[in-house]
Amino acid sequence: MEDFIVAGVKVVVAFVFLLVVVLLLVWLERRIVAFMQNRLGPTRAGPAGILQTLADGMKLMFKESMTPNRAEVLLYLAAPVMALIPAFLIFLVIPIGAPITVGDTTYTLQVTDLNVGVLYILAMSSMAVYAITFAGWSSGSKYPLLGSVRASAQMISYEAAMGLALVPVIMFNSTASLAEIVDAQGATYFGWIPAWNIVLIPSFVVFLIAAFAETNRAPFDLVEAEQEIVGGFHTEYSGLRFALFFLAEYINMFNMAALTVTLFLGGWQGPVFGPTFLVWILPVFWFLLKTFLVVFFFIWVRGTLPRMRYDQLMAFGWKRLIPISLAWIILAMVAVGVRRFGLPWA
Amino acid sequence: MSWFADLLGPWRGFAVTFRQMFKPKVTTRYPKEKRVKPQRFHGRHVLNRYPDGMEKCIGCELCAGVCPARCIYVRGADNPPDDPVSPGERFGFVYEINMLRCIFCAMCVEACPTEAITMTHLFEMSVTDREEGIFDKDSLLVEPDGTPNHPLPVTPLIDINELKLGDGWMRATSPSGRAAFEGVEAWSPSARMGGLAAAEPGQGSRQSPVVGPQSPVASSRTEDSASEPDIEQEPS
Repeated sequence: MEDFIVAGVKVVVAFVFLLVVVLLLVWLERRIVAFMQNRLGPTRAGPAGILQTLADGMKLMFKESMTPNRAEVLLYLAAPVMALIPAFLIFLVIPIGAPITVGDTTYTLQVTDLNVGVLYILAMSSMAVYAITFAGWSSGSKYPLLGSVRASAQMISYEAAMGLALVPVIMFNSTASLAEIVDAQGATYFGWIPAWNIVLIPSFVVFLIAAFAETNRAPFDLVEAEQEIVGGFHTEYSGLRFALFFLAEYINMFNMAALTVTLFLGGWQGPVFGPTFLVWILPVFWFLLKTFLVVFFFIWVRGTLPRMRYDQLMAFGWKRLIPISLAWIILAMVAVGVRRFGLPWA
Repeated sequence: MSWFADLLGPWRGFAVTFRQMFKPKVTTRYPKEKRVKPQRFHGRHVLNRYPDGMEKCIGCELCAGVCPARCIYVRGADNPPDDPVSPGERFGFVYEINMLRCIFCAMCVEACPTEAITMTHLFEMSVTDREEGIFDKDSLLVEPDGTPNHPLPVTPLIDINELKLGDGWMRATSPSGRAAFEGVEAWSPSARMGGLAAAEPGQGSRQSPVVGPQSPVASSRTEDSASEPDIEQEPS
């Protein structure tokens, strides 16, 4: 019984946490991009405009949600929800802090720990393609269709690169559970260099680039390239349904940043000291700090790089990222083998 | 090492965007802070009075005739002999400007022979009803003490003080109907800001004499300026 209550509380907390994070992210993105363009961005709603997203959300709630005449109504209505659910589900396996021990019970700050966590994440991010494809196709309009065709091709291509980039991480840490991967990164080299997986630099770089493509963000935002195909797959969506897509997009961005931190930057690992409550809070703080730094990097890239051309995108995915990942897997295999069994001639 | 520079090239953009984040912002946070407007900004019109309180408008309808947007409607009427409104034969009986049509070209200001109509710095004139966009004489004409009128409620978006600015931009070019003043910078006094408006920088120190029968104060001023010897000798 208690397990159920704990699980329920965790799910609700995770849900609310993600919603609040999205409010912050949208505001942060608009402010930072504005600052990079010598503008101020939203400043009116709340202190420094921090409530702008809330105001926008309220506005969208009161807008009419229109359905095009030629839409396939069932899929058209289902698509926004299908975009949102995987976005929430990915977050469930990400540990946001060190396990907390109260009395003789230990609570993990993670909704659930799967021993196939990395695979689960890949599976869930593949689900997001369905939402975008359905949204574009069921709108019965040409721009969404073009956008969704691009999206599915792009996301499937970069999923391959992302999956291959994660293989060395799994090999290196001998586990696919995210909690155990973070635990393994708690070690140090020479007693002071944290043993984060970022030492797998090729994996890190390929994963980061693929993360941009998976979240459809600049410079890979061809899916919703305004100049060519209006809004892409969500052109025909309005009101709350559009808000759901928007929400899913930013949750995905946060998820990818959190995954980057968890897999490569040591997750919640960081210096912990002080009284008990500080010991509980600090790992969460380190996790959030690292995640928001990665988020800042995402926004920084958006403010800096122009959009790639579609053929460049495909060529880059298939001819650069995937061969690099494959070569790196072989290298990593050799390295892991040597570490475990010693040099073959020794 | 040029290959190394080529490799770094794409990354230099990141430094640029990062640097820009800390540069001063170009945004003016409008209702909170306002930009300084040019001295001769074309804002809302006002109808001026002479320092003694008489209206300057003589109802000649030149402004209405010259208006390219046809937004001015004027009807003149004969001055009542015992209580004249303006120091001329006639005065502006009806004076309406449709601000929804006005293009703020200030040709009415240039056409006016008595400098009755001038422009101010007020540009905040949004209305909720098309009829409110037609400003009638009551709201255009300044009070006898020179305080400008405004028909719309004062909100954080409306700075009434702007109505007091930019009184005489056009006096710099007006010959005021007198040949001796053709091309000469001069100005004539009007009741504004609760007193007499002073010459703006670059407007010259000479007052332009006002044509026609003078109101007492104005005529005494004309005598003053007529006593100055330079009117006829002014190079044209």
